[in-house]
Amino acid sequence: MKNEQIMQQQFQARMNEDELLNCMRCGFCLPTCPTYIESGFQESHSPRGRIALMKAVVDGLIEPDEDVERSLQLCLGCRACEPVCPSGVRYGHLLEEARDIIAQHKTYSPIVRFIRHLVFKQLFPYPKRMRIATALLGFYQRSGLQSFARKLGLLRLLPNHLATMEKVLPNVPTWKEMNERPTHVEALAPRKRRVAFFSGCLMDTMFMDINDRTMKLLQLAGCDIVIPEAQTCCGALHGHSGEKADAKTLAKRNIEAFEALNVDYIVTNAGGCGAFLIEYDHLLKDDPVWAERAKAFVAKIKDVSVILVELGFHHRSLRLPNQIVTYQDSCHLRNVMKTASEPRLLLQSIAGVEFREMKDADRCCGSAGIYNIVHPDMSMQVLDYKMEQAKQTKATTIVTANPGCLLQMKLGIEREGLANVRAVHLVDLLFEAVEATKEATEPMKQTG
Amino acid sequence: MITERVKQQFIDIVGAENYDDSKAGRLVYSYDATPNFQSLPDAVIAPRNTKEVSDIVKICNEERIPIVPRGSGTNLCAGTCPTEGGIVLLFKHMNRILEIDEENLTVTVQPGVITLDLIQAVEAKGLFYPPDPSSMKISTIGGNINENSGGLRGLKYGVTRDYVMGLEVVLASGDIIRTGGKLAKDVAGYDLTRLFVGSEGTLGIITEATLKLIPMPETKQTMLALYEDLEAAARSVSTIIANKIIPTTLEFLDQPTLQVVESFVNIGLPTDVKAVLLIEQDGSKEVVARDMEAMARICREQRAISVQVAKTEEEANNLRTARRSALSALARLKPTTILEDATVPRSQIANMVKAINDIAQKYNVTICTFGHAGDGNLHPTCPTDVRDKDELHRVEQAFEDIFAKAIELGGTITGEHGVGVMKAPYLEWKLGKEGIAAMKAIKQALDPNNIMNPGKVFAKSTRKRVVVTR
Repeated sequence: MKNEQIMQQQFQARMNEDELLNCMRCGFCLPTCPTYIESGFQESHSPRGRIALMKAVVDGLIEPDEDVERSLQLCLGCRACEPVCPSGVRYGHLLEEARDIIAQHKTYSPIVRFIRHLVFKQLFPYPKRMRIATALLGFYQRSGLQSFARKLGLLRLLPNHLATMEKVLPNVPTWKEMNERPTHVEALAPRKRRVAFFSGCLMDTMFMDINDRTMKLLQLAGCDIVIPEAQTCCGALHGHSGEKADAKTLAKRNIEAFEALNVDYIVTNAGGCGAFLIEYDHLLKDDPVWAERAKAFVAKIKDVSVILVELGFHHRSLRLPNQIVTYQDSCHLRNVMKTASEPRLLLQSIAGVEFREMKDADRCCGSAGIYNIVHPDMSMQVLDYKMEQAKQTKATTIVTANPGCLLQMKLGIEREGLANVRAVHLVDLLFEAVEATKEATEPMKQTG
Repeated sequence: MITERVKQQFIDIVGAENYDDSKAGRLVYSYDATPNFQSLPDAVIAPRNTKEVSDIVKICNEERIPIVPRGSGTNLCAGTCPTEGGIVLLFKHMNRILEIDEENLTVTVQPGVITLDLIQAVEAKGLFYPPDPSSMKISTIGGNINENSGGLRGLKYGVTRDYVMGLEVVLASGDIIRTGGKLAKDVAGYDLTRLFVGSEGTLGIITEATLKLIPMPETKQTMLALYEDLEAAARSVSTIIANKIIPTTLEFLDQPTLQVVESFVNIGLPTDVKAVLLIEQDGSKEVVARDMEAMARICREQRAISVQVAKTEEEANNLRTARRSALSALARLKPTTILEDATVPRSQIANMVKAINDIAQKYNVTICTFGHAGDGNLHPTCPTDVRDKDELHRVEQAFEDIFAKAIELGGTITGEHGVGVMKAPYLEWKLGKEGIAAMKAIKQALDPNNIMNPGKVFAKSTRKRVVVTR
């Protein structure tokens, strides 16, 4: 009880009252909210309902009890409610603040506390430890341990969705590969831009080949790339989970790592990271030393697809073997970075690709950071709807633009048993098209 | 108050999963889209069929528990705010389209169907359900019927009332009645269908509706006329109608509204003009072409500085989106947005627009005006801040003057939002004492214990504007 009172005071002190009042309760957000729909139209699982709950806590109408907390925690944080909000309520900011207050006052069970500490404080902020963790996964995959575990049926001990997750993890790079990362690469075409690359923690370990291909595409498009070694995790995971103080520390380290580089853009290839980076100005708005520096940093953040389109990559006459392709938006890329048309334009520019938009492509796939691990039931419900729409398109290639979404799509394919369907990052498919086009044209050049 | 015994009775009817009296569960049904109204219900119940609704109502009648039917809570008259507590009734389980009858051109639905879902379902069969309130993506048919919602197409096609042919209603006694049906001609008895449409849940609970459909118009065109002078735009509206042309939509946006909408949707709307008319006509190709030409000519004669016809469906759709977003985009100016729907005979549009401007000046408040000018239904909208008590008071005075002016010009206090709690104090201005007495007699006959959405439509006192803070 006492704890709830303290939390209530924190809500009153910290929640942005203007933002709460800005919600006019018109309900335009309702049809875009995956949890509202999947919960069978429960207002408490809608953005309007959640804002009303936050406001009621501030107004003293209600205590921040378990029901309030459940409502706020079950939010995917996809922010699909923001682009449709006529009043421009920045729901994501409200949610982040509320979750931070809850996390600070919550008494987690010892095991959850231990895991949170390990993940948020000991693992993600340290690139080297991320590499070690990934190397361990690599050892598991390559040593025969994985096939041994699978044969013994050990994975059945895991909850269902985690066992499936284990199956869809990519084959990760080796320790040596992860430690030999470039810090600077030159354009492979006449130089048009000088950019910095935000490599990310999961992207530079588990999905390292996507990072390599991203850089290759940028080089082909005419970019010199710097990859500052001092960069670190973007802090999104922390920010979304109520560990705002850690997120701020990481943000400052990143701003420091990039601000002196004299580049045109800072490029990301993960919607989740990009969206958090692009809101560093909000994160640090009350910090007099950092607010301005954050603004300068934010102005340079761009998704790789935007830069490729800016440099005319969609005019390259790329070609792939005939296939039906669909695109699953990364929520944060679309709703926060406002990037939705560029990935589609790039896909449609590839000859041989029949692009078919799936229904509700802009609806979250249920990955949502660590949501699919914390809220498996809702996550799988959201995913099942998504896969239903994906199947309708008869696509054999599902393209995404964020590692979480990519894993979730792979998980969905595995769950549905779709043998002929694959999920790839946008960059993978573009790179594949570059290679395929090269193979097709090079012999001709030799004979000609 | 709901006792444990009564609670158990409710749970026996709908199941524990459809009865919620948790604090958070009640809080999220304590409001609708009306600013400044909030009141907690005692419980929220989601019945699964008409029988369950009837059983619930019987208990409520017995125990004198107020009952507030609620669709998606998008109304603007506090009609679904449970101001007297009791239970909020949800229709999330009763949300099926039961039948599309292509021979009789009707559709039969449960009240929880989302308006746009209904529109799309019938359009897939080449049929047309015209009422299109701005909230149609969210609103339910049950809500539309209870509020008799209008929309952009009201000028030519009428409002929800004109499409409701039959209803299934649970009365306060728990009795289930059926009114009307699929018949175009039916004079057997009082027209109870019309009585229930727009009754705001004060007479009974609508549990099923049969709606009229019409064939889809062959084609549609959209145009935009810009004006440097407000009244010239209003005069164009009157002149078009006087020339015996009834366009599908004839919408009006003033400059402050335009600026806000454009900053929200970014579709290249002009923001340096004083007023814009959005005009649409549908029908056969020849008629549409002829009418569009004639209306363009009239607009130019009334000193429109530019008249442009949308070239593509995308362009037209953008223009419609702009108008649809008007109300909500205005919410960006200030934290609180108070929106009214004073309506006048269309011949009085210019006078009314002028009066609104004068009144805004008199009380030193900002009032942006947009609306369905073709049917005289204006939406004077005031961006304000509930925390600024002084300004809020002036806003209330301004709207009181606007209502009075509308009535003076032969109009009404509400064209499509409903009376609810918001407009109740002014209802007598429109109906007179005798009119209110007649309505009260009907209410008393059908709901003697006053359990059906109490506190709505009938004011405790006339004229004093009720604003409940927080």
